[in-house]
Amino acid sequence: MAAGGTMSGISGDAVVSLRDVHKSFGATEVLGGISMDVGRGDVVCIIGPSGSGKSTLLRCINALVPVDRGEIVVAGMTVTSPTLDKLALRRKVGIVFQQYNLFPHKTALQNVMMAPIHVLKRDRREVEELARQLMRKVRLSGKEACYPGELSGGQQQRVAIARSLAMKPEVMMFDEVTAALDPETVKEVLTTIRELAEDGMTCMLVTHEMGFAREIADRVYFTDRGVIVEHGPPKELFGSPRDPRTREFLEHVL
Amino acid sequence: MVAEWFRQLKESANVNLTIFYDRFDGLTYLNGLATTVKLSAACLALSVVFGIGGAWLQRSGWAPLRWLVNGYVAFFRNTPPLAQLYFFYFGVGSIMPLIPDGAGGTHRLFDNFQWAVISMSLFAGAFNVEIFRAGIEAVPKATTDAAEALGYSRFGAYIHIVLPLAFRISLPALNNNLVTMVKGTTIAYAIGVPELLTASATIWNASTNIPEMMNVLMITFLALVGILVVAMHRIERALHIPGYNR
Ligand SMILES: Nc1ncnc2c1ncn2[C@@H]1O[C@H](COP(=O)(O)OP(=O)(O)OP(=O)(O)O)[C@@H](O)[C@H]1O
Ligand SMILES: [Mg+2]
Repeated sequence: MAAGGTMSGISGDAVVSLRDVHKSFGATEVLGGISMDVGRGDVVCIIGPSGSGKSTLLRCINALVPVDRGEIVVAGMTVTSPTLDKLALRRKVGIVFQQYNLFPHKTALQNVMMAPIHVLKRDRREVEELARQLMRKVRLSGKEACYPGELSGGQQQRVAIARSLAMKPEVMMFDEVTAALDPETVKEVLTTIRELAEDGMTCMLVTHEMGFAREIADRVYFTDRGVIVEHGPPKELFGSPRDPRTREFLEHVL
Repeated sequence: MVAEWFRQLKESANVNLTIFYDRFDGLTYLNGLATTVKLSAACLALSVVFGIGGAWLQRSGWAPLRWLVNGYVAFFRNTPPLAQLYFFYFGVGSIMPLIPDGAGGTHRLFDNFQWAVISMSLFAGAFNVEIFRAGIEAVPKATTDAAEALGYSRFGAYIHIVLPLAFRISLPALNNNLVTMVKGTTIAYAIGVPELLTASATIWNASTNIPEMMNVLMITFLALVGILVVAMHRIERALHIPGYNR
């Protein structure tokens, strides 16, 4: 097992590396030894039954949840080190949640502008220009002055993506971002993510959209009860799953 | 001319509103009004500061700080406000050091007006702590998670996200408490602060027009509270978020 505080044993070109990550909530073990490497520009999808620890995994990667054991390195920073600079980490990793969690008292544009101004202390005018550009990127030009409560779920989710992008992260994580949306708006959000991936953004997606995972992922990880059961290119994992647990899960969802 | 009309009113209908024609009573009452307004404004501002500060400290990671706030809230919520006023003015006030006034004499660190502000702000502030606490707890964890994931510190998230939302959620309860507080400023009568009740009593004792002054006092408070309610309503409307209803 790798020692904490160094980058020992983790390959150089991975943007996100996990080694034997363990996490329990009380007596329940939620992550039971997860290892994975995500290279720059990779798009990986994590699939698996409810409660298998997918959300917890993403939350460990940006230190919203502390791990019990193991090592996580993101963009050269050891997340599991006690001296971790959380702000520096969160500049590198963006996360978008299922419940978009926009700040309801601010307009769409302000939502995108807030963190760069408050957290990064960047110049307001520069940030506004960036924010307008990002609103165009997620195809929401014209909605800048709307409050979250005035936007559809899909529109809110795209604002949430723009808000994360405004921090100029190296890795974007998406936690079932389409699960709360109606089918109409799912497509808009998936389009946004697809375009991001095509631009070369490193993406980690937890998703129930198997069709999308198959289309977009470089690699798919199947998790069950806190461990990675198997992983591989989508063609292999969806086409000829090796483990019976994977097969059973896929039969259920496909 | 107005004074003349009220003098006539006394002669013809035996309604003796001295404050409108007697210069001394008029000034006494105006001074009472000004004092009540100042007292209310000071308590309003301070009690909101105590409420916000207390609610913040209550979430501190350091247990003794939380106990301190909880103790403060329990003490001021569960003891009579009049007893608290006496406690400060006669109790704490008497053991405070006297300040030399430079002319050979001494004076107290705080006068009765200031003690009234301190005591009543702490009292209303204890309720405000609870009100803001409820508002903060009503802000979804998911919202603070999002702030944290964007790199906000706990304090930064409190200032920019939690507090603005919690404040809006708290407004109706805060309105009630502030109205109660303004009405409650009359207890300052007990330590001789020349506020409206004290002024009215001075006037009706001298001019023996108790029924008239009672009515004037009540109407004045109705107007004061009415102004406060309208102002709070304006704030509520100004802070309304389009499309946001909870
Ligand atoms: N903060 C927490 N405290 C206690 N238990 C938790 C906490 N967060 C998650 N859990 C538990 O950990 C387990 C895994 O949760 P997690 O949210 O990671 O699963 P998931 O794979 O994302 O599931 P889903 O597909 O339903 O989102 C669940 O049993 C959950 O109840
Ligand atoms: Mg989840």
